[in-house]
Amino acid sequence: MIRRSALPLMAALLGATAAQAQDMAITNARVVIGDGSAPIDGGTVIIRAGKVAAAGAGVAVPPGVPVIDAGGKWVTPGLVVAVTDLGLVDVGAVDASNDVGAEKSPFNAALDVAPAINPHAQPIAIARANGVTRAAVAPLGTGAIFGGQGAIIDLGSDPRAVTLPRAFQYAELGEDGARLAGGSRAATYAVLRNALAEAREIALAPAGARRNDVLLTRRDAAALVPVVTGKQPLYAHVERAADIRMALSLKGEFPALKLVIVGASEGWLAASDLAAAGVSVLATPLNDLPARFEQLASTQSNVGRMAAAGVKVSLGFFNSMSPTITQFAGNLVALGRLPRAAGLTWDKAFAAISSGPADALGMADRFGSLRAGRAGDVVIWDGDPLEARSGVVRLFIDGIEQPLQNHQSRLRDRYLTPQEGSLPKAYDW
Amino acid sequence: MMGSARHVRLGMMAACAVALAAAPAGARDKKDKDESAAVKAARDFDKNPFPSTYRRYPGRTTLITGATVFDGTGKRIDQGAVLLRDGKIAAAAGALADLDVPADAVRIDGTGKFVTPGVIDVHSHLGVYASPGVDAHSDGNEMTSPTTPQVWAEHSVWPQDPGFSRALVNGGVTSLQILPGSGNLIGGRSVTLKNVYARTVQGMKFPGAPYGMKMACGENPKRVYGEKGQIPSTRMGNFAVDRAIWIKAREYRAKRAAGKLEERDLAMETLAGVLDGEILVQNHCYRADEMAQVLDMAKEAGYKVSAFHHAVESYKIGDLLKAADVCSAIWADWWGFKMESYDAVPENAGILYKAGACVVIHSDDENGIQRLNQEAAKAQGSARRAGIAIPDEEVVRWFTLNAAKAIGVDKLTGSLEAGKMGDVVLWNGNPLSTYSRPEKVWVDGALLYDANDPKRRPVSDFELGQPGEGDVK
Repeated sequence: MIRRSALPLMAALLGATAAQAQDMAITNARVVIGDGSAPIDGGTVIIRAGKVAAAGAGVAVPPGVPVIDAGGKWVTPGLVVAVTDLGLVDVGAVDASNDVGAEKSPFNAALDVAPAINPHAQPIAIARANGVTRAAVAPLGTGAIFGGQGAIIDLGSDPRAVTLPRAFQYAELGEDGARLAGGSRAATYAVLRNALAEAREIALAPAGARRNDVLLTRRDAAALVPVVTGKQPLYAHVERAADIRMALSLKGEFPALKLVIVGASEGWLAASDLAAAGVSVLATPLNDLPARFEQLASTQSNVGRMAAAGVKVSLGFFNSMSPTITQFAGNLVALGRLPRAAGLTWDKAFAAISSGPADALGMADRFGSLRAGRAGDVVIWDGDPLEARSGVVRLFIDGIEQPLQNHQSRLRDRYLTPQEGSLPKAYDW
Repeated sequence: MMGSARHVRLGMMAACAVALAAAPAGARDKKDKDESAAVKAARDFDKNPFPSTYRRYPGRTTLITGATVFDGTGKRIDQGAVLLRDGKIAAAAGALADLDVPADAVRIDGTGKFVTPGVIDVHSHLGVYASPGVDAHSDGNEMTSPTTPQVWAEHSVWPQDPGFSRALVNGGVTSLQILPGSGNLIGGRSVTLKNVYARTVQGMKFPGAPYGMKMACGENPKRVYGEKGQIPSTRMGNFAVDRAIWIKAREYRAKRAAGKLEERDLAMETLAGVLDGEILVQNHCYRADEMAQVLDMAKEAGYKVSAFHHAVESYKIGDLLKAADVCSAIWADWWGFKMESYDAVPENAGILYKAGACVVIHSDDENGIQRLNQEAAKAQGSARRAGIAIPDEEVVRWFTLNAAKAIGVDKLTGSLEAGKMGDVVLWNGNPLSTYSRPEKVWVDGALLYDANDPKRRPVSDFELGQPGEGDVK
């Protein structure tokens, strides 16, 4: 309630100072388009009206467009983090600041994270300073197998974060799902089938009377209507190969279902099924331990093997605590150079954190690459972006340059010299 | 193994000799006669009842040439050569002519590759929170009393944790300190291991490594015991409980020195070991203000903090930490997961380095332990962007020699100085690049991982017969 009343105020404050998108050209850059193609040296990126007008080699700068000379630096599309808690949390362990889960809510599938997103949360500012411009925010901590509806956001400093609310439904169908459903995977699938069946009944007769033995509230069942009719994808978190196959088999019963598989630590063992189903996979890339029994076959080569088998796989499912997804992608490049391991080429590894997740979100025509017509989300880096040592120099969202300052950078500035000067540190700001 | 037992026992006898020499001859005779068996037992107990049975595996004399060598001490040798012989570093040098190489030595062309000392993690819970992370494997926090100096992590370590293998092959980790968790103010003794699978924990114990004692500040202890409705439920409660037990420990030690102790007390023996300087304090502590108060408490009680772990706010007090000679064992960029981590900055390592304080990159995590080199590189990059340029060879110290110092094994490993343990990683590229991985790892001169040999990688008991057995992981 406090947040709801505070938002319009902040919007008014920030709206007054929000920068406008300006046309610009970034020249003399090592341009990464982000669609899996190779970097282009001496490239140019043209942004007009907040969108990419052109990017690549031999692109002429239109007259009158301000030029940024990148001095040979790397220029890429902004990174896309698919399935994360960004914007839902200030401090993980401070419950009041954490809107990731709603274990005690009477609702589940009907929950919509969009109103809970705080564009000014520090994790957003910090992810932005690390090159992230778009995210799919999911209700990850849940009290039922359905977590609710996730939203697609941009990480701009303005108050309008949500690009697409209710973009997907999130469901736990593995070990966590079994626990939430009552104690077993058999229960998970009973709950899931029943829920989708109840949704189908509502879809067929929206105003009709419901049976008297329903388990879902009307709002939860109604929220699943777009899932069962294929208008809203179902993001299913599964790790075990058998669970992945089970999730894929739902298509037999509910043919309109649009599945996206999340997690998929054992995806390489179900790679042919995943490829045949043509579903997108958002994999946590470096799981290599049997952290759970549903992850016994985890290996860092998982993503590489799935990609080699023709699975539409990209990286995702990260929490906001460790902000550098570029490091994950970089490790996939490392694996490509290791005997018997499977990784990705540099070009594909970068795509796996840009156009790949954008495609999984159904947003590849909106953002995730520097192909013409995409949002003007552009990052200038001080080195190879997949190297852990590299960092962001400048960043634009929808063609608007974004601040890279945040709580961390302010602390850094204050304490570069830790000793007090003529006044206490508290006056140094 | 024998070295370890001898080392500890000799140390103890030396301490007794000093105490006895201080007493007048007549008094000493009388005391010897009067001393009861109980007093003797309480004073002359075996300080090493679970001795290391680790023995190095056979290794061949090996010469690596043409590699870039970061020797762990902050030195870089281009086109360097490293010679391993009899389980030890025989030499790391710039010119082959400087080395006495036997004719039958295995020669490895390291052109384009890099050599570092074996990576050391000072903060691991492998074995005490083993994979799979089921409740039955939760053995790291004895949260039944806020101070449990009597518990020893080695009695919780499951030597079949699959995590040890990942740390070796992906992280190049050859030694690691296993700590109890941070639910208690005093969590118990740590154990330092060689990262070599064994049937027993004793078979992994690092010969000659001192014990550590885990302490914790801040949110965890006060939350755990506050929820039980007992002290400590606040930060001031944390300090009160700590100070009270240090007072008891000093009394215990004085009584023991006076020959008046008639009962053994495992908790007090650990604390007395800290006061005697034989056991190193490893203190989980996030906030700068709390670290500063711990330093005063240590002065009051008469002990030294070896390292502050997690230490996300060390950058605010680099000068104090340098003066106290305390290492900060830190992550590169973990941030914001709890209130006391809210002021973490990625420049922590860089600002500490600039202040001349000891930096150690640690993991506290079964995944992070596989990438300590990359975490260090991240911190190096953040420092550079803040105007603090740190050469690669200095950054490598953060996960080698500085780590060894923080856990008291820097005379034995952590650098490529002649005579040290033959703990070595050959990387397929610069270890500070995300694209590099260990190609070969030697522990005490034995080749225990080779990326080019499918069988030269460990597979724990747990993973036999499971999907993915022996996979590249």
